[in-house]
Amino acid sequence: MVAKIRAEDLEVFFEKKKFLGKVKLEIETNEILAIIGPANSGKTTFLKTLNRMHDLNPDFSMQGRVYLDEQDIFREIDVLTLRKRVAMVFALPLPLPMSIYDNVTYGPRIHGIKNKAQLDEIVERCLKDSYLWEEVKDRLNTPAFNLSGGQQQRLCISRTLAVDPEVILYDEPCSGLDPISTAKVEDAMRVLKQKYTQVLVTNNTKQAARISDRTAFFLMGELIEIGPTSRIFTKPGDKRTDDYIAGRFG
Amino acid sequence: MNAKQMQNIVFWLMAAITVLIILPVVIIFLIIIFNGYSALSPEFILSIPRMGMKAGGIFPAIIGTVYLILGTMLFSLPLGVLAAIYLTEYATENWLTRIIEIAIVNLAGVPSIVYGLFGLGLFVMFLNFGASILAGSLTLAIMTLPVIITASREALMAVPKSFREVSYSLGASRWQTVWKVVLPNAIPGIITGTILGLSRAAGETAPILFTVAAFYLPKLPASIFDQVMALPYHIYVLSTQVPNVPERTQYGTILVLILIVFVMNISASYLRAYFRKRKLW
Repeated sequence: MVAKIRAEDLEVFFEKKKFLGKVKLEIETNEILAIIGPANSGKTTFLKTLNRMHDLNPDFSMQGRVYLDEQDIFREIDVLTLRKRVAMVFALPLPLPMSIYDNVTYGPRIHGIKNKAQLDEIVERCLKDSYLWEEVKDRLNTPAFNLSGGQQQRLCISRTLAVDPEVILYDEPCSGLDPISTAKVEDAMRVLKQKYTQVLVTNNTKQAARISDRTAFFLMGELIEIGPTSRIFTKPGDKRTDDYIAGRFG
Repeated sequence: MNAKQMQNIVFWLMAAITVLIILPVVIIFLIIIFNGYSALSPEFILSIPRMGMKAGGIFPAIIGTVYLILGTMLFSLPLGVLAAIYLTEYATENWLTRIIEIAIVNLAGVPSIVYGLFGLGLFVMFLNFGASILAGSLTLAIMTLPVIITASREALMAVPKSFREVSYSLGASRWQTVWKVVLPNAIPGIITGTILGLSRAAGETAPILFTVAAFYLPKLPASIFDQVMALPYHIYVLSTQVPNVPERTQYGTILVLILIVFVMNISASYLRAYFRKRKLW
């Protein structure tokens, strides 16, 4: 396996206070990596570093390196290109205040695709990939806010797929969803595995166990351990991982 | 006195004060309508003044005010919105932006006669536009800018931060995010604020006094370098500068100006309600 993303001694600070310390981690091509850990463990901070969403925060500073396909994302890749290659799905469903169709085509239009037939094709393909097509194909021009929470989140996944990324980051994508919607999102992730590298931050350890290939456990801004999900959940190498998974804290 | 009695007294006191506040406005309106409605006729509105303004209509003054409103909008809307976009979306918090913010607040507090004299000095004399629609519009535009900037900034800041994050996360640049996500959702607030600013400009006398308003000019302007009559100044002239103008002509002119301002304010409120109903978030 080739490392798609490689973090080397990554440290992240906000207002000089350390939020992430010396994280060394590789994410392999086409895997689903789950990142688990209690609140304030730095898992979302780590995730948002991967597509430089922290750039918008003036208090952010960092040390160490992050590589995407062996290119330094802070020094060798333009930030707009990076975010197109490493796209993100947020915790809450955040449709833009426009129609379903315009939500999906937002990214492609930003990146210069104007051809209507091409956009139509993207909409259909991406909505099918997130299992939403059948539910919305007759009302693509209605406002995205009329959809249910679960549908909105799958729309957000479609919108992310539409920029044709290589890596998809999920920041607790199912935290606001009911079990059926969650199952649909997870189904989508399993199928998307064939084409994309996926990183999933989740508070739901069962979800990590269900769909991820490997799991990383973060605690207090440190990576405690990373390994195949089956091993992490049966024979964790660190007592703190065991305690967290068993629900003794967090 | 128990709590219930106290509560009643305070309630009636506040109700009485509220009525007192509304009362002058209502009385002014009623007096103007009562004395002015008989002057209103197609002839009064659509013909030029005659006999040294003692007879005829006020058409040139209405047209002049409309031109000034449009001219003011032409200059102040793009400038104000661009300034607001810069301050809200681009500028970082530092001493320069703080100075700009203080300047905007203070600009809103400058007396209108000062704007008038500033316009006279800069546009009429230094830039040699003469007393003209151009000079008057520019002067009114500067006066209106703080209102438009403040309203636009509030409208831009009301657009949720999460929309911007989503846009950035898909690889959009700052300008693409402003243009495609932020601005479309701020336009209702910007329009409302602009109309309110313009309606105030429409009624101002001091800024146009030296920069555009003509005492008596019974014809329509041919270019932006012409002087025009304007309703606020015309009202001043009719009330104090020309003897023996029929009272109903004076009240009728005031009524026309108030109706223009009133229609603008009502449409601002209506647009705000309309967009709020259509708002998707």
